[in-house]
Amino acid sequence: MNIKELPEIEYIIPGTGACAGCPSTIGLRLVGKALGENAICLLTPSCAVASMGMTPKTCYSFPALNICFASAGASGGAISMALDPLYSKKRLEGEKPVVFAWVGDGGTYDIGFQGLSAAAERNDDFIFFCYNNEAYSNTGNQRSGATPQYVPTTTSPLGKEMLQKNVPLLMLEHRPPYVATASLAYPLDLYRKVEKAKSIKGFRYIEIHMPCCTSWKFPAAETIEVSRLAIRTGSWLLWEAENGKLSLNGVTAALAEGKRKPLPVEEYLKAQGRYAWLLKSPDKDYYIGNIENNIRRELEFMAGRAKL
Amino acid sequence: MNKKIVQPISRPVIGAGGLTGTWRTQRPVYDASLCNACLLCWLYCPEVAISKEDRTIDYTYCKGCGICAAECPKKAIYMEREESR
Ligand SMILES: Cc1ncc(C[n+]2csc(CCOP(=O)(O)OP(=O)(O)O)c2C)c(N)n1
Ligand code: SF4
Ligand code: SF4
Ligand SMILES: [Mg+2]
Repeated sequence: MNIKELPEIEYIIPGTGACAGCPSTIGLRLVGKALGENAICLLTPSCAVASMGMTPKTCYSFPALNICFASAGASGGAISMALDPLYSKKRLEGEKPVVFAWVGDGGTYDIGFQGLSAAAERNDDFIFFCYNNEAYSNTGNQRSGATPQYVPTTTSPLGKEMLQKNVPLLMLEHRPPYVATASLAYPLDLYRKVEKAKSIKGFRYIEIHMPCCTSWKFPAAETIEVSRLAIRTGSWLLWEAENGKLSLNGVTAALAEGKRKPLPVEEYLKAQGRYAWLLKSPDKDYYIGNIENNIRRELEFMAGRAKL
Repeated sequence: MNKKIVQPISRPVIGAGGLTGTWRTQRPVYDASLCNACLLCWLYCPEVAISKEDRTIDYTYCKGCGICAAECPKKAIYMEREESR
């Protein structure tokens, strides 16, 4: 598959309500090309909902249901289960649609986590997408469980104390048939993963890293470049797991095998205004040392998990 | 008493967020003579404002984010400052 051959279908109609350069909108376009027309979406309160435009208009061409914050896991399973008898008893004709949830990191890591965990354990038949912009962006940048250490937000004004959780790994250890991470800077890798997920029955989880110019404070034009730097510095890892068998992908695999050296993490940090305070701090070396140790630890940890 | 039930249903239309081209402070300008038709600009445009066929830009909705210019490997798109309206 190359870019020219990607399906024509568009999930986004021009004139969205999203910020200029919004990564969620780019992500939905790419995901839509893999999922196709026969899909039903669930959205929890997030930028992806605010981006739809002004009611009664929407910029999304796919059917979407806006549900309450904590409920994506429960609703995804329920809609999919409700559809099954309608198709098996021929009340509806054709192929059952793909059910997918498009949920922010707040709705995934924090507020929706128990519903998500339960859906994964039951192996409910739908795809859960987490679009991870590392904050509650829609409400003005509050810290979430996905916000990295040292990042200032309105609710962590001096920089977040805790490290982010590794939710993709937690989902993997629920032992569903498919879990993957992806990046906008590697669009064909993302497309392939969504296509793969679509071909599998049961619970599937895909998390996409979503550098957000508004909350992370960088120029909108650099959305894809910041995504790329996250991968090249090892700050975001690309992997997938089918039936629990994990493999690292692309640049991440090369970093783990030592075939490629990670870029200095400062390259990634200095591209983002949210780290400006850290780079000016007299304790800068201490902070960067901690961030690099953590990158090394995560890479080693996931490479070890890949050996299982 | 008004008995009409208002259903909160939205329908897909162009410009659901308004004429978003008015948000722009800079505009992408495309130079066909430099373009190798790799389609990265088309793929990454969050507004679907670049045509796949000939990279014509829809300035009614383009927000001027500059991703197309930043990702173009041939520098076939540059950003030009626009006067405030
Ligand atoms: C139960 C509940 N609590 C709080 C809110 C307010 N709220 C709406 S969107 C949002 C942030 C969502 O963050 P995330 O899921 O990361 O999506 P993002 O906005 O970053 O895209 C919050 C707190 C709500 N709608 N419902
Ligand atoms: S500036 Fe942004 S919105 Fe405008 S055409 Fe380029 S990528 Fe699309
Ligand atoms: S990214 Fe540049 S070279 Fe590629 S199709 Fe667009 S304008 Fe042409
Ligand atoms: Mg978020």
